[in-house]
Amino acid sequence: MFEAAHLHKRFGDHVVLEDVSMTFAEGRLTGIMGPNGAGKTTCFNLLTGRYAPDRGRVSFQGRDITGLPPRSIARLGISRSFQVMNLFDEYSALDNVLVATPEMRSRGFSMLGKFSGYSDVLERVGLGDKAHVRAKDLSYGDRRALEIGVALAARPRLLFLDEPTAGLGTEATARIAALIAGLKRSLTIVLIEHDMQFLFGLADHIYVMHWGQVIAEGSPDALRANPWVQRSNAFN
Amino acid sequence: MFQLLATCAVFGTLPFWIKAVGLYPYLGVEVMIWVIYALGFNLLLGTAGLPSFGHGAYFGVGAYAFGLTQLNFSSNLGVCLGAAILAGAIAGGLVALFLSHRRGIYFALLTIAFGQIFWFVAIKWHSVTRGEDGLLNIKRPAFLADLDSLYYFCFALFVVVILFLWRLQSSPFGRVLAAIRQNETRARFVGYHVWAYKWLAFTLSALVAGLAGGLFSLAQQSAYPNVMSLHQSGLVVMMALIGGGLVSFWGPVLGVVLFFVARDLLGAYTETWLLWYGLLFMLVVLFKPEGLAGMLKRDVRSGAPA
Repeated sequence: MFEAAHLHKRFGDHVVLEDVSMTFAEGRLTGIMGPNGAGKTTCFNLLTGRYAPDRGRVSFQGRDITGLPPRSIARLGISRSFQVMNLFDEYSALDNVLVATPEMRSRGFSMLGKFSGYSDVLERVGLGDKAHVRAKDLSYGDRRALEIGVALAARPRLLFLDEPTAGLGTEATARIAALIAGLKRSLTIVLIEHDMQFLFGLADHIYVMHWGQVIAEGSPDALRANPWVQRSNAFN
Repeated sequence: MFQLLATCAVFGTLPFWIKAVGLYPYLGVEVMIWVIYALGFNLLLGTAGLPSFGHGAYFGVGAYAFGLTQLNFSSNLGVCLGAAILAGAIAGGLVALFLSHRRGIYFALLTIAFGQIFWFVAIKWHSVTRGEDGLLNIKRPAFLADLDSLYYFCFALFVVVILFLWRLQSSPFGRVLAAIRQNETRARFVGYHVWAYKWLAFTLSALVAGLAGGLFSLAQQSAYPNVMSLHQSGLVVMMALIGGGLVSFWGPVLGVVLFFVARDLLGAYTETWLLWYGLLFMLVVLFKPEGLAGMLKRDVRSGAPA
């Protein structure tokens, strides 16, 4: 469904990604793991259009999307959440979700229409009773859930989640895990995570990154036995 | 809604009581023109979060377009005002081509640079703009000869502009602009063409400034380069900020009223009134950045501005 082939990216002298290839199959949850600085987020940024790769090709459903801007990639049905919170802080939770819906996107230039609509996303991410709380007044865990909610509001076919549990305690992490497990049934998901326990419980297929390269890939069970992976920092 | 009715009520009845409070009806015309200008300006600053420090350019372009059209082509009021609006929009639309991929300080600096270009052209292109003297002898049509008619003509346009901009800020377009102000990156990743939104916001804002400039020509019966100066462009920023344009749609209305009342009341006592006004501006920015509207409103910076 989504394919990245031989991606290279450098910032100045610093090579961040080297010959990274990944395939995300339809209906599966693919995990990307690795230590800090392994290039996981840069990888997401290339795949969702924030940066163009120096070399390599990205394609979605057979279509070459290399170098397209984020808005065009988003409109193809690819959505992402961010590791560092990226919400419309002064808007209520509901407005955060509404502004991200395809309906609002297509009516965005309407100057006399009404900004309103319906979305069940808040219920799905467990914020149904906090629809009218401003994003910045939500608790950290709720903001994390809303971060996913905004990405879901676009009704994507492919969802990229960048460390959705960053900074969360055990209980809140379990909540996000349950949420993602629920989404898994209806969506193709790619998930960056360095919490192994979390990822191994959810993923169908995992890529392990280190120093800007993919050093191993396979199912969680296969990776558990992989000596490369066991030795890498990814397991610390 | 209350603010809308209150604004219409105050300005709708102004000619009947303004003399009783020691002021004069023409002040009302000036205030309404500047309110139109400041509300259009605040579409950029308050809603979209884009600081334009050279907005006098589009006000001036409107003023000159009104005057030049009347002096050279047609004395029809509709044509002249249409020219002012169109000229403001075209000037703004062209400039916005260069601005719309910028944000923050770079955006602000470019607006100043472009504002100065327009001002410079107005001063130097003597054969068209009459240089520093400006265009004189702009005439009001006969049906606007007396002050009351002029007042209510401006009032009618004032109401139309306010209704449009007020509606706009709660429309999808206004709400997307506010979303871009809050988080431009996320807006991109949600799928919005941020450049196009900024371009349209700037062009619309310049269009409204052009209308205000055209009305200014009509009221003053002249157009001169001073309205395009950096100093004048700064005034509309100060009005919007002191009034509370960052937190409320109605902020610029308060800011404009405060400015003109201060000018006339303080100005009657001292020639240095601008010094005191400037001090007030500094105090507001330092201690009450939400401005007058922010003091009146408890729930500041809410997602749905009142």
